[in-house]
Amino acid sequence: MVPFAGWEMPVQFKGIVDEHLAVREKVGLFDISHMGQFLVSGEDAEAFLNRSLTNDVTALSPGEGQYTLLLNEEGGVIDDLILYRTSPKEFFLVVNASKAKEDWQHLVALRPDKEDITMADLSPFTAGMAVQGPQSRAVFARVFGMTAPYPERNSVQMAASVEGFMWSCGTGYTGEEGFEFFPPDEEGPAWYRKLYDAVVAEGGQICGLGARDTLRLEMGYPLNGNDLSPERTPLQAGLGFFVKLDKEAFVGRDALISQKEEGLPDKLTAFRMTGAAPPPRAHYPVLRKGEVVGEVCSGTQSPSLKCGIGMAYLPLALSKPGIDLEIEIRGRTFPAETCKKPIYNKKPSTPASDSPTP
Amino acid sequence: MSQIPTDLRYRDSHEWIRPSEAPASVGITDHAQEELTDVVFVELPTVGAQVKAGDQVAVVESVKAASDIYAPVSGEIAEVNEALSTDPSLVNTSSYENGWIFKIKVADPTEVESLMDAAAYEKHLA
Repeated sequence: MVPFAGWEMPVQFKGIVDEHLAVREKVGLFDISHMGQFLVSGEDAEAFLNRSLTNDVTALSPGEGQYTLLLNEEGGVIDDLILYRTSPKEFFLVVNASKAKEDWQHLVALRPDKEDITMADLSPFTAGMAVQGPQSRAVFARVFGMTAPYPERNSVQMAASVEGFMWSCGTGYTGEEGFEFFPPDEEGPAWYRKLYDAVVAEGGQICGLGARDTLRLEMGYPLNGNDLSPERTPLQAGLGFFVKLDKEAFVGRDALISQKEEGLPDKLTAFRMTGAAPPPRAHYPVLRKGEVVGEVCSGTQSPSLKCGIGMAYLPLALSKPGIDLEIEIRGRTFPAETCKKPIYNKKPSTPASDSPTP
Repeated sequence: MSQIPTDLRYRDSHEWIRPSEAPASVGITDHAQEELTDVVFVELPTVGAQVKAGDQVAVVESVKAASDIYAPVSGEIAEVNEALSTDPSLVNTSSYENGWIFKIKVADPTEVESLMDAAAYEKHLA
């Protein structure tokens, strides 16, 4: 167990590699009760969120969700989050545990007094579980019944339970099929046991923070605090797709526009170790031809690829696949090269399918 | 329950040494490999290096973390287990045999005597 944002979190149960491969091949269950949840509703909720977040809230129909970011005025990242529209005038936000308090204060400060916006911090009253892996649908059917509609990718469903409401979301942090489920806190243990039984019945296992980290890093998903920070913009983090500069004004937009005009100083770039090496870890220096060009933000040993992988902010000229780098580990350098994201592709394209047909 | 062979001596940081050998093999205990799981890299010491008891001499890297390995006694590094360069998981699968990390020419046998025996190490883990 390790302390994490005020919570005691398990790093691993059976072992990170075992748990990681269970998610890639079958299914895994994560306790994500530490994550924060907000409910924002009212006549003016949509416009308020659209001014506060980078993605286009108006693109969401009820039952849909999107990845989005909360920025400071300088365009730096306060947090990355998922926003779901649960009804025309109600939104459900899932934020990082370590930033929940800051996010809340930031949104409260941005909320105009005279508008019809109600905000509720559900974090203390809401448990959370993520089921991830190819067998997630089977787990869902076992727990919620064959006729219950499965939350498809980026969709959300809300249902009433004894103690309050619960949300099922077609999202995750692993790159696999899966869903996240947020029941009332009091019902958390009972739901966990049900999901646990179903996951075990499908040949899966329970997973800790360790596997959560290796799974997300193989996909090149950023972790706030490691790969995202108030000093860097989502454009630098390679998240431009989730930033709609052409929508109405939002916090940080001006800074992003001028950064885009001036050109990005650096960009979050994936890399992999090219020989036998210790796993790269956060803060190790990254070198290019012997010169320090950055430092590792996130790094680990990829259980799927069986080599070291990581991400680092690198000057734009080096931020493309196939650039030779060295990672300095305890005074020695080990070869690495930049690569595309996701770092791990579940179904690698075979040379045959890439070659043009005569 | 992890294995604790009775013919070995133990350091509180979970290294073992086999006193019946000269030079004596050193590795990490079954308990330590269980805690680390998934060993993916072992940074070996340099053959010929003179080390003191308690010196950090090697690093065992698992997916989870990097762990320093300390010399249980003073002496000269006589040999290192090159097999770990190609298969670091030997530390997991055979922590007391094929997963040994280095061999040391023991400078002072009384240092070995001062290490924990199996019963004491078992208590240390409890």
